[in-house]
Amino acid sequence: MTVDQAVENQSVQKYLRQDRLPHIWCAGCGIGLVVECFLKAIDRAEIGPDQIALVSGIGCTGRVAGYVKLDSFHTTHGRAIPFATGLKLGNPELNVVVFSGDGDLAAIGGNHLIHAARRNIGMTVICVNNFSYGMTGGQVGPTTPLEARTTTTRYGCFEPPFNLPYLLAASGASYVARWTAIHLRQLERGVAEAMTRPGFSFIEVICPCPPIYGRMNKEPEGLDSMRYYQEKSTIRNGADPRGADIALNGPIVVGKFVDKECPNLWEHLRQVSHRAKEKART
Amino acid sequence: MVENQLLVGEFFLSGDLACAEGALSAGCRFFAGYPITPATEIAERMSTRLPQVDGVYIQMEDELASMAAVLGASWAGRKAMTATSGPGFSLMMENLGLGIMLETPCVLVNIQRGDPSTGLPTMVGQGDMMQARWGSHGSYEIIALAPSSPQDIFDLTILAFNLSEKYRVPVLIMSDEAVGHMSEKVVIPHVSPESLVERRHPTVRPEEYLPYQPDADLVPPMAVAGEGYRFHVTGLTHDERGYPVMTAEAQDGLVRRLVDKIRVNRSDIVRYRETQVEDADIVVCAYGITARIAQMAVKMAREEGIRAGMLRLITVWPFAEERIRELSRQARAFVVPEINYGQVVLEVERCAGDRARTVLVPHMGGEVHSPDMILRAIREVS
Repeated sequence: MTVDQAVENQSVQKYLRQDRLPHIWCAGCGIGLVVECFLKAIDRAEIGPDQIALVSGIGCTGRVAGYVKLDSFHTTHGRAIPFATGLKLGNPELNVVVFSGDGDLAAIGGNHLIHAARRNIGMTVICVNNFSYGMTGGQVGPTTPLEARTTTTRYGCFEPPFNLPYLLAASGASYVARWTAIHLRQLERGVAEAMTRPGFSFIEVICPCPPIYGRMNKEPEGLDSMRYYQEKSTIRNGADPRGADIALNGPIVVGKFVDKECPNLWEHLRQVSHRAKEKART
Repeated sequence: MVENQLLVGEFFLSGDLACAEGALSAGCRFFAGYPITPATEIAERMSTRLPQVDGVYIQMEDELASMAAVLGASWAGRKAMTATSGPGFSLMMENLGLGIMLETPCVLVNIQRGDPSTGLPTMVGQGDMMQARWGSHGSYEIIALAPSSPQDIFDLTILAFNLSEKYRVPVLIMSDEAVGHMSEKVVIPHVSPESLVERRHPTVRPEEYLPYQPDADLVPPMAVAGEGYRFHVTGLTHDERGYPVMTAEAQDGLVRRLVDKIRVNRSDIVRYRETQVEDADIVVCAYGITARIAQMAVKMAREEGIRAGMLRLITVWPFAEERIRELSRQARAFVVPEINYGQVVLEVERCAGDRARTVLVPHMGGEVHSPDMILRAIREVS
């Protein structure tokens, strides 16, 4: 390990709850990489850790809240975003980050996801997408590609998946990006960028799940998935996310798709408060 | 009169509006809700009033989200509330459980309507009383208050926030459509800061803070997000550090404390009001709107020479079991009118045992009882 690497490593360690390690994630899982990028992004974005509140739902990625040395909330399945909405509106000084999985955020929490984007509430949502429900043993999810095998689609998935960047862009999110577990530099920079944006930021991260989804779809090792991402992903910043569907073993369009300025929810609420007080005076 | 945008004086208000004003007087500065008859007026009032007092009103996409947002706001340091009716109450059960597990102060108002399912949206019911006790999965104790008038709901909303902050538990206000929609005089006092309870804050340094290490009353001091404590909380079974621990021992310690912090403090929490029970052979036990009608029936019975008395439950949960036991040694029978087919009556029966008869006077909802219905039951057991 070089000195630079050691220093870098240390910068991540200080934000981890050492007394909770080792973590529960499987060998080859991508979640740890995303956590590392997020923790590095805190320093990159120069955000005070005491200012951050991290909220997770339920599932493999839902366990992130338990490992970070930040104010962190492990909530109910699908409700991380509305819980985070209360935190943010209760104290707008907080830098609120939601860290959860594709099933938690896009299926059981799907309605909250699109409404939070519509409100453009100031928070960053990091969605680890492993195309399935890992914690319960690899069932089909809202992002499972058509024809993919899971423990509940032994003959192939028969539902088309969500294209999350397209869904979020259409719902009004002011920052939308997608990366994979091999795009670690871009991801770290992207998370730092997202956390400093005033509105609703959404970052999807495509991640390997070697023991279940990977094993059932010819990617039994984490490296197999990484190789797939390397071969099939193309960076297209500014691309229209409607063309970013992911088919089984198909190309993965990654990049920053949306980064726009528009008033966030708190700005609207401040105006409302101002008007309410004016009216109360007259 | 208005002091710092809070009302003081005499007003003609519906129960729903009185509830909203009570919340504001209690220091509530966050409301998340979803429109539902007959509780909508609470949300409407809060949406108008909260922005005047630097509070936040937000209409969420459903009641699942409303309850989750209330918990989040409480962890950001706000006193927070939501209001709903039966169908929404069902959806809120999920995060009510999280609120209990994370020990989150907040207030949930249920303006009950005819039931089950969509039932009678605009008409009265009291069918959610057992759901209030057991509606979220698992073993827990809850506090539920039942107001009988607009003045009462104002007063009990303040009490609800105080109990919630003191015991770090969601407090339910189990009102009903009749109280919510009736308008009466409401006297709003100047509410002094000393009369309001605020959650206990940790006094230790952040590195020494254990989020779930209780004080002597079994309630742990509560830090909120952004203060530098960098705590972790989880809906999983957890230890004093707030860390998940998947053992029967951790489960035992946690669940016992969550339940016992209410049980051992029952004498501080339980409230009821009695009239003419000193010599009563028959005790009418009622709550909410039904208590007002029962009061009339007791008066009529007394006029007939029947020694009837009235026990009005203010806290339905925890249940006034010691008092019912005491009264069961003196009274011949309990008459329990409620707008459902028998819920709170089961608790009365349990506590009365074989010492006194317990008679239900049910009403399926849509209307309140007539005093005669209750009087007939009093006559039958006298």
